[in-house]
Amino acid sequence: MTSPSDRPRAGAPTAADHRLSMDELAAVIARDIPSGAFVNLGIGQPTKIADHLPADSGVVLHTENGMLNMGPRAEGDDVDPDLTNAGKVPVTELPGAAYFHQADSFAMMRGGHLDVCVLGAYQVAFDGDLANWHTGRPDAVPAVGGAMDLAIGAKDVYVMMPLFTRSGEPKLVPRCTYPLTGVGCVGRVYTDHGVFDVGPEGVRIRETYGIGAGELADRLGIAFPG
Amino acid sequence: MSRAEIVQSADAAVAGVEDGSTVLVGGFGLAGMPFDLIEALIRQGARDLTIVSNNAGNGDVGLAALLAAGRVRKVLCSFPRQSDSWVFDGLYREGRIELELVPQGNLAERMRAAGAGIGAFYCPTGVGTPLAEGKEEREIGGRRYLLEYPIKGDYALIAAHRADTLGNLTYRKTARNFGPVMATAATTTVVQVDEVVEPGGLDPEAVVTPSIHVDRVVRAQARRYTVQGAR
Repeated sequence: MTSPSDRPRAGAPTAADHRLSMDELAAVIARDIPSGAFVNLGIGQPTKIADHLPADSGVVLHTENGMLNMGPRAEGDDVDPDLTNAGKVPVTELPGAAYFHQADSFAMMRGGHLDVCVLGAYQVAFDGDLANWHTGRPDAVPAVGGAMDLAIGAKDVYVMMPLFTRSGEPKLVPRCTYPLTGVGCVGRVYTDHGVFDVGPEGVRIRETYGIGAGELADRLGIAFPG
Repeated sequence: MSRAEIVQSADAAVAGVEDGSTVLVGGFGLAGMPFDLIEALIRQGARDLTIVSNNAGNGDVGLAALLAAGRVRKVLCSFPRQSDSWVFDGLYREGRIELELVPQGNLAERMRAAGAGIGAFYCPTGVGTPLAEGKEEREIGGRRYLLEYPIKGDYALIAAHRADTLGNLTYRKTARNFGPVMATAATTTVVQVDEVVEPGGLDPEAVVTPSIHVDRVVRAQARRYTVQGAR
């Protein structure tokens, strides 16, 4: 297995001239996932990444409800009520699939055996704190699922999200204001406007899409050149 | 008596569940949910139950029907809020049901601990989050952990694929989910299966839950649910 930084990034934009769609972003993340990695893709946007993994990537998808080598979504006669992903969508199994119970599934996560996990988020802080389970609204019914286990379990935790809310507020922030899912757990943030490394050293801009690095840093209140 | 009993009806399978019991209910969404046993539990009438399950009911069937019947005082689960969890959502907003939100891996591991005789364990999940409130925290080897206690059930109601008449179980695909863990964590484990075979009819290498954990087995009715729209 090669690490993401060693991999050639043929075709990947380093300063694309337009803001990326979530599908284009999924393709960028797919290129950054090391071949042969064991990977968990969170519910929602991150599931799109599976569509962009090359057939020979050797990537094995983990779904926390108890399966390795999960295949694509099931259609028609392939739908089996006993075979779903973590979003409870019917899926298929690939050759070499394995099933296991919930304690084993989360033990392999917590035990550091999963290479990469890609999650959606409400907010990520410059130091890698993650908020993705609860808006904190008093009338909201809270639900956490496997988010907290995934956040602290995988060796590399990536976030895939739009960089700004619909009202234009940054989601990559100095400190999360939403309730935390995990502390200092995120390493990289993939967004429609650019890719960022986050962690104890702070935030650094890796790539920009349709916006200059200086302007992007300015909008996020981070030191240029990042 | 330690040998599993093969019972002839779901009603016989859930006999004896008392008011105030803690009941572990298998399933992840609808996959692996023991529908026959839950419907029998509704007929049986036990009230004031504490339910431990990953979700808090989908649509109007299974766990959602038990909740709607007003039999549940408290739910321990990881993911109650779903597109079709209107029964739970309504009860929760009206303050008619108590919720203990537990991260999914902790839910599984706390039941595993109960079944394995572990008094408590330190776990990194949830450190620094609102779910750490009130929990003992400890640093071990430079990493922070929270003390988590076992969850033990009076009853476990689970669905498996096949059983032999001794109570050995096999499962199907992701419907396995919480079944094998819950089977170990309850005083009385009740299982609905698609098929019951004679001893020797299951490959011993393929048995997931050994019979020592199983108390009652009943053959399920043909499936009446689909996953369409289930979330």
